[in-house]
Amino acid sequence: MKNGDAKEKLRLSELFSFGGATGPLIGLLLLCVFLSIATDSFLSVRNFLNIMDQITVLGIIAVGMTFVILIGGIDLSVGSVLALSMMVLGYLNVHVDVPMGLAIPGALLISALTGTIAGVLIAYFKVPPFIATLAMMSIARGLANMITNGSQIIGFPAWFNMAAIIRYGGYITITVAIMLAVFLLAWLFQRYRQGGRMLYAVGGNPEVARLAGIHVKRVTVLVYAACATLAGLAGVLLAARLDAVQPSIGVAYELDAIAAVVIGGTSLSGGTGGIGGTLVGVLIIGVLRNGLNLLSVSPFVQSVIIGLVIVVAVAAETFKRPAR
Amino acid sequence: MTKHANQPILTLRNIHKSYGPIKVLHGIDFDLYAGEVVALLGENGAGKSTLSNIISGAVQPSKGEMAWQGAPYKPAHPREAIDAGVGMIHQELMLLPHLSIAENIFVGRYPMKAGAVDRREMERRAKQGLLRLGLDISPRRVVEGLSTASQQLIEIAKALTLNAKMLILDEPTAALGGEETKLLFKQIARLKAEGVGIIYISHRLEEIRQIADRIVVMRDGAKVQEFDTADLPVRTIVESMVGRSMEQMFPPLAVPEDKTVLEVRDLAGTTRTFSGVSFTVRKGEIFGISGLVGAGRTELIRAIAGADPITHGSILLNGEDITPRSPGDAIRKGIVLVPEDRKLQGVILDHSIQENIAYSNFDSVGWGGWISSRRLRDFAAENIRKFGVKGRGRQKAGQMSGGNQQKVVIAKWLARKPRVVLLDEPTRGIDVGARSSIYEIIHELAAEGVAVVVVSSDLEEVLGVSNRVLVMAAGRQTGILDHTKANDVSVMELATA
Repeated sequence: MKNGDAKEKLRLSELFSFGGATGPLIGLLLLCVFLSIATDSFLSVRNFLNIMDQITVLGIIAVGMTFVILIGGIDLSVGSVLALSMMVLGYLNVHVDVPMGLAIPGALLISALTGTIAGVLIAYFKVPPFIATLAMMSIARGLANMITNGSQIIGFPAWFNMAAIIRYGGYITITVAIMLAVFLLAWLFQRYRQGGRMLYAVGGNPEVARLAGIHVKRVTVLVYAACATLAGLAGVLLAARLDAVQPSIGVAYELDAIAAVVIGGTSLSGGTGGIGGTLVGVLIIGVLRNGLNLLSVSPFVQSVIIGLVIVVAVAAETFKRPAR
Repeated sequence: MTKHANQPILTLRNIHKSYGPIKVLHGIDFDLYAGEVVALLGENGAGKSTLSNIISGAVQPSKGEMAWQGAPYKPAHPREAIDAGVGMIHQELMLLPHLSIAENIFVGRYPMKAGAVDRREMERRAKQGLLRLGLDISPRRVVEGLSTASQQLIEIAKALTLNAKMLILDEPTAALGGEETKLLFKQIARLKAEGVGIIYISHRLEEIRQIADRIVVMRDGAKVQEFDTADLPVRTIVESMVGRSMEQMFPPLAVPEDKTVLEVRDLAGTTRTFSGVSFTVRKGEIFGISGLVGAGRTELIRAIAGADPITHGSILLNGEDITPRSPGDAIRKGIVLVPEDRKLQGVILDHSIQENIAYSNFDSVGWGGWISSRRLRDFAAENIRKFGVKGRGRQKAGQMSGGNQQKVVIAKWLARKPRVVLLDEPTRGIDVGARSSIYEIIHELAAEGVAVVVVSSDLEEVLGVSNRVLVMAAGRQTGILDHTKANDVSVMELATA
């Protein structure tokens, strides 16, 4: 057989395909070109850094959401978990005087716990992901409110806020650096770790994955735990940026995250897509919001436009697929 | 009903079909007369499915004419074909699992009374349709959980209630055991007598001889031969299909070693699947498991592979109790399963061949949890070559023929060098050419000292490959026959015991 011997080289196009998100990438570039021409202020280093600051929270949530959607699930609780994480952080650091070095891990731990519970419900008690995380969304929001009975907490140490403000080397804040690191690690994980490849198998067909010896239930729990932990981390970074925490924050963040993942070409039915596409999706949302602000388009119109982009992105992917 | 014996009900003239630059059908001429069964044969990829999809309106031809009962026929949609009286029964079952049998039969055309669905009428007519096929199940039962065989018969009942004047049956017996097949053939004979024309697609050549009046053989998208009788030696048909003369289908049996590798002791699965099964498989032995559909064969070997729960008994490997708790557990011990349903359990159709192979071989394509793209590529290429898969590593599994998909499933397991290989219906829906190469792989495994267990509904296959045959009936083990004593009569006696 000749088929087998021909050593297949990694094609150049594949390196740049961002896991099937070529279409969205082209869309992003066109969007940037358009905004560069249409506005004076879009094409500047400062504006680009602004965009990076604005997408930090969304980006980190979207990474976790990508993993959940890859295994064919959904997580509606990330916005509430983010709020809970912020309130736990504030309570520990400001009210109980726990140093940040312990308060942050504490907030992340609580977040991970919510994800683990949702994951166990989904994997072992066969609760549909939509329902389990909907319940968790309500529970986490309630808990976040219970901590201070609905009021905000201020009084974090000064350096904490600075992490989101000082641009080291003139370019990068610690929060943006953390987001970039999360993306890089997630990309490496997804592409080069067994665990990452297992997500594709589980999402592609859980029965095939199980018969291949993959512990599908364990993978599911870990993915929801990771997603919630990342939401918690996003909460910590948001707390640094706002220098305050309040329990009503993060409402509907899950929808932005799902939108970014879907725009980036990850299929809601699981098994295809990935982090590269999500990065593009997050950037599209970030650039679009920023550009529309520069063009002084009202937030109401912006919301309509983002809805249209979701439809176009998903429809384009569907049309590209050869009908079988 | 038109009864002109010399007037075909369906004519196809010069039908071509291309997908972009790829031509899948080249100028097919075909006639079907009322009251006859024409067997459409050919290896997978020969174009049988495309042709039947064109007739049933799911696909439109690129060129050529069709006529149905004398009038031009150009179905743009399966609905139009159904309305004209052309029924198609697909190889993959298309039932809605959560609806009742009656609702499945009448979906989209519910009998109405005063603007509401007339459930009583629907159930009455469904019951009638089921009884015509000898199925005594309540039409109110939901489809989920019914055996594949029953689901297949429900599909047929569905087409029958449509008053089809022509039926296309795509591998209707692939999932049926001997009894159900007989029942189906009885029904086909009755439909024939009523003047229904039938196109019958199957890989089981023995049954073609029983049921068909004529045979049309396709190869590589063209009609290559037409026989006016089905009473031909199987060999002649096979040679026409593959376009070359066949060697003996089954390689000669080797004598296994004395050492016992796998031992199953008094095994039982969850309620009403199987119980009290005990047997041993020796090193280098091919052990067949036969029985009718519903006898518990699949459940038995899935339990051995850790995929289904075991409620009683134990499994020993080289004398050591290793009763597996999960598939992962069994795989680590060296027991692997090539499952029954390739598309649902064997491969992920949307993923590439190399990824499919990697899912059960992470240890071989990387180190310490990391995966090396280069090793993944080389490992997949090596196994693709070794098992004669016709395809490239990057190709999606769904783009390959059934035979090649099955080779991928086998390759992904054999690359692990297992000690026990369990194969469930290894050649279901696979063409003759790929089938013999799968038999060769099975024999090579045995020659390497692997204990091989083969479950099959195809009696000829079980008898042809096995050193010994275990026969099951209704979840019980009814006997183990040595290949010298096993023949179709002795096995069927035990299977119906």
